Amino acid sequence: MKPLNDVITACPPSGIRRFFDIAAEMDDVISLGVGEPDFVTPWRIREAGIYALEHGYTTYTSNAGLPKLRRLICADQAARYGAHYAWDSECLITTGVSEGLDLALRVLLNPGDEVIVPEPCYVAYEPCVRFAGGVPVPVPTRWEDDFAVDAGRVAEAVSPRTKAILLGSPANPTGAVQPRSSLEALVALAQERDLYLVSDEIYDRLTYEGRHTCLGAVPGARERTVVLGGFSKAQAMTGWRVGWICAPEAIAQLCVRVHQYTMLCAPHVSQLAAVEALEHAEDDVAAMVADYDRRRRVFVKGLRELGLDCPEPSGAFYAFPSIRRSGLDSETFAERLLHEHQVAVVPGNVFGPSGEGHVRCSYATALPLLEEALERMGRFLTSLA
Amino acid sequence: MREILELLERDAHLSHDTIATMTGLPVEQVAAQVTQWQASGVIRRYTAVVDWDRAAATGEDSIPEIVTAFIDVSVAPARSVGFDDVAQRISRFPEVRSVYLVSGGHDLRCTVTGHSIRAISDFVSQKLSTIERVQATATHFVLKAYKRDGVVFAEPEPDHRLRVTP
Repeated sequence: MKPLNDVITACPPSGIRRFFDIAAEMDDVISLGVGEPDFVTPWRIREAGIYALEHGYTTYTSNAGLPKLRRLICADQAARYGAHYAWDSECLITTGVSEGLDLALRVLLNPGDEVIVPEPCYVAYEPCVRFAGGVPVPVPTRWEDDFAVDAGRVAEAVSPRTKAILLGSPANPTGAVQPRSSLEALVALAQERDLYLVSDEIYDRLTYEGRHTCLGAVPGARERTVVLGGFSKAQAMTGWRVGWICAPEAIAQLCVRVHQYTMLCAPHVSQLAAVEALEHAEDDVAAMVADYDRRRRVFVKGLRELGLDCPEPSGAFYAFPSIRRSGLDSETFAERLLHEHQVAVVPGNVFGPSGEGHVRCSYATALPLLEEALERMGRFLTSLA
Repeated sequence: MREILELLERDAHLSHDTIATMTGLPVEQVAAQVTQWQASGVIRRYTAVVDWDRAAATGEDSIPEIVTAFIDVSVAPARSVGFDDVAQRISRFPEVRSVYLVSGGHDLRCTVTGHSIRAISDFVSQKLSTIERVQATATHFVLKAYKRDGVVFAEPEPDHRLRVTP
């Protein structure tokens, strides 16, 4: 047989997968390893989805997505962040940010183009760059700096082949929110070196210390920035697979072109549920965000009381404590914690080399379970001493 | 401050320490505020939401059946007191769990609990209906409770998430 695709064959499976396989086999596991809300989609949104099914909204929509949804998204971005996009030419609905990221990279990259990816970062960033024919260039960030991206280090990584910078803020796995000064420095660098910016803003609503900055609204960024957003996190709609891209018309229209041939459209029912989410679910979102914030405070305080250094996670729903004082590497720590005390966390190194020495803990988990997990982690750390 | 009340209304078990952590307020301030609310009657008392049907279904003899009824009461208002005196008089009976003045076809809506339909019927015919200026009553027995005080009594939905996801 002839060999299969070289790029895909060479891409290793996600390090998270191995932990999933172990954890799935065990009983009485408290999982802090889940990258999605523990809330079920708010009832009014589910009910809108049921209504859509009952009334036969089971067809394709236009490739770019329902005009009503695109109007709502653009109005929301403008009101919330001052990011202005034309709904009919600069916005399209995707099947989640995952598809949005794939579209953006395919549209931006030619074979061999380099994309700077600050790490630790979401596990899909580097593979998606490769699948689009690009070459990811990781740039480390440090927990001592709260994982702020240092534009100086990024500038050092820029080569004649560099095409774009790919950034997630608030970030999975660190919970870090990029300070506005870092974003402005990256925009200045992008202008100077003529780079595109791809901004994964799926956690935009989950910020706990100050408001989110939409990269597309930072002065000078708009013409070269692709903003990716969606409904999975704040509206607890992961399984509906609905997200969006806002970008300058030239980029957005090429994204629609790929999308129309590969995906055709996002699910109609999910788009209608997303309309309900934007029109009527603001109180539900606010209540969930407030709950995450309370859990965050309790959980981070608990980690610190266990003696783990934990940078302040000011967004998303992850804490990324340092486990260096345990004397173990991330993989061993996570594996032993799971086997010996039935708590699942994700080793930080799967998110990039700078994640080594950390574990990702999701606090999208009910408070009593978080407290029990902290107790078990405490027993684990004591057993190591 | 409002957040503290909302948290306690949802879970009265929360310690002052936990509330302080959750809200970012100093624990002394939380404690002082809660004490003041208790003194001033903003916080009336701390209770548990009990699903009595489920308790009875455990089959323990010591858990009696509880019957609940909503009773609508029509009252002739009186000068200067309106409905207040009759409402307060009804409120004093321990089997009366709540009393509201409402709009619509009747004036007061009461919730009454007892150990049998007969006990509630007796209460309505002998106590409630005989209060002066009570003109009519309409009794609705509760057949099944689905949700009370914001708590859904159905089985919670299981967590469908995978154990570890990106």
